[in-house]
Amino acid sequence: MAVGAEAIFGESLITTKLDSAISWARESSMWPYVFGTACCAIEFMSVASSKYDISRFGAEVVRFSPRQADLLIIAGTVSYKQAPILKKIYDQMSEPKWVISAGACACSGGFYDNYTTLQGIDSIIPVDVYVAGCPPRPEAFLDALLEVQKIQASQSLLEDRAKRIFKGVLDV
Amino acid sequence: MSKSFKEQFKTSYSVDAYGAFVLDKALIFKAFQTLLEEDNYTFLVDITAIDYLHVKTQPERFAVVYLLRDQNFQNLITIKTYIDSSLATQSVTPLFKSANWAEREIWDQYGIHFKNHPNLKRILNHKEFVGHPLRKDYPITQGQLCHQSDTLMDEMTPRLKSKGYTSHEDLMFLNLGPAHPASHGTIRTFVALDGENITSAVSEIGYLHRGFEKSCENHTYNQIIPYTDRLNYCSAILNNIAYAHAVEGILGVDLPERAKFIRVIIGELSRIIDHLVCLAAILVDMGALTNYWYLYNPREKVYDLLSKLTGARLTNSYMRIGGMSYDLYDGFEHDLKVCLKEIQQGVSDTLKLIEHNRIFHDRTQNVGIISKEDAINRGLSGPNLRACGVPYDLRVTAPYYHYETFDFDIALGSVGDVYDRMMVRFEEIKQSTRIIHQAMQRLPEGAICVQDHAISLPPKKEVYSNIEGLMNQFKLIYEGVKVPASEYYRAIEGGNGELGFFIVSDGSGTPYKVKVRPPCFYAMAAYPRIIEGSMIADAVLTLGSLNIIAGELDR
Repeated sequence: MAVGAEAIFGESLITTKLDSAISWARESSMWPYVFGTACCAIEFMSVASSKYDISRFGAEVVRFSPRQADLLIIAGTVSYKQAPILKKIYDQMSEPKWVISAGACACSGGFYDNYTTLQGIDSIIPVDVYVAGCPPRPEAFLDALLEVQKIQASQSLLEDRAKRIFKGVLDV
Repeated sequence: MSKSFKEQFKTSYSVDAYGAFVLDKALIFKAFQTLLEEDNYTFLVDITAIDYLHVKTQPERFAVVYLLRDQNFQNLITIKTYIDSSLATQSVTPLFKSANWAEREIWDQYGIHFKNHPNLKRILNHKEFVGHPLRKDYPITQGQLCHQSDTLMDEMTPRLKSKGYTSHEDLMFLNLGPAHPASHGTIRTFVALDGENITSAVSEIGYLHRGFEKSCENHTYNQIIPYTDRLNYCSAILNNIAYAHAVEGILGVDLPERAKFIRVIIGELSRIIDHLVCLAAILVDMGALTNYWYLYNPREKVYDLLSKLTGARLTNSYMRIGGMSYDLYDGFEHDLKVCLKEIQQGVSDTLKLIEHNRIFHDRTQNVGIISKEDAINRGLSGPNLRACGVPYDLRVTAPYYHYETFDFDIALGSVGDVYDRMMVRFEEIKQSTRIIHQAMQRLPEGAICVQDHAISLPPKKEVYSNIEGLMNQFKLIYEGVKVPASEYYRAIEGGNGELGFFIVSDGSGTPYKVKVRPPCFYAMAAYPRIIEGSMIADAVLTLGSLNIIAGELDR
């Protein structure tokens, strides 16, 4: 038995929390920026193409400008030389934003434990979801997307994500 | 009548134990001039250096090694010169343009100076880097933070000056990359634009430098195979084959017939999927998105086959020194036929859309041209060189795995533009399919690995049931395949051209040095010169048509 506004306007209206409504909209239309550097980016091509089809989860509008994106997917190795560029792109994205670190290299340097490879991008920018694999299978990318959606659903609009305390090695 | 290299330098050179001509560094430029002009050694394959810090028998700590091929690509000559404590030698860049980046890399990695080099600066490591990482006394894990990217104005300003621009007022400067959708990876090209025309361009690489060569020096021979996967990750298995082929060359082993044929079949399949990604991506750059699905979905089918065969979709690590990890599975032939049919369908669907398409022709024909002579001098190889009309294909000029017995054609272009490079790849997909069909028909039964337990792992049954098998397994895993001391180069035809490995072994289970000759590296070095004078939109297509793969480019 409907009460309040629903009782007056019938089935044309539902009442819900603002948080739920906005996170529902957000999680169903993530706009990813793919920071594809290496092998993992080739697997992302599979994620985006018809067989795995990321659009089933509403995230097919891949943006090539960080200013239009709210999900940063780092797919591939990040070297020390690349690190300032990654930081710049992350800083250019407007809040709220989420980060997926895809693949062994982005998460930890992978088996490139050497003088040139950054040992995990979380020393530069904050990461929400880590994906294992070298490279991760497309299903793992999709799983990470669902994890980000869960994070979104669990967070209130009133929480300011930009206020998170994070200080990376390139932050001065 | 001028004298050939061997006559002129008879008294100056000596031939070392591995067949290299050892010359005094003061004679290098002169010798290269003779080789180029008198002996027609027109193709500089690669240059690298060796740090002999741990080898006491060598006269000096450093040596620079040059590999050259003659104009028919039949003969390979190795020139070696020792570098004394001045750490300097002559540059050969005035003779071979391909030497430009190769010498910069040696300066960057080893700290050897090249006199008369036009622009000797770091190339793979960032500009804040201190030291030379491939020196044996540089610790492998000592990373150095980079805070700021290079402005590249130190290269751009002289370049603009040479074109008559003294002021930068009317120009717009634009970075294409290193994070740009059309840069196909982490490649940066810095352009000076006059309207939409590129007046001058400078490329910077190294953003995906992952320390392949240093890592190799710290792993056993078989442990390196996963690293080779990630060089050209669009055709991982071809890299596996190239590397294993080089090590097998030092060991002097001949593979069982079945192993050779499997390598041909899976290698050609890799070449096809490499070309598919290249063509799919460049058509997307052109705005022809439909073709992406036509070309990419068959690749997805091949992934399924490779998953069944090797356990991985992309980075397969399928080859081993002396053979491969698994035999073909039951039903492989059927799956392969389905794949090839889908590939053929995808290619013909795509060609139907573009072959007689005016827009496609206008965008690709006479765009991004590189001449035959220039391409050779700059060290281009593979489809990029063949598009200029040079019939250089290692499967034909230096056949391996019985390639000489297969019936296939070399696809050749005539102009050397984007169109030719694309069409050569389309044709090569067809030719590779032909090779696979023939190889499947001729595929013999038998072993897939060399039957020598100093090289191949024993069957698991022997490992668990007798001490000899157990010891073989243990020693091979812990110590690696013992490869006799040598300095050796061997190449195969990779997806992008001549893919070779120069390996310095010292008799242990770990290589002393591994240098890969990446075909992309030389194509990328030529890229800024190709696009100068063209439009910005054409620069995107030119990059796509050269098929630059950052993993292989930066290693």
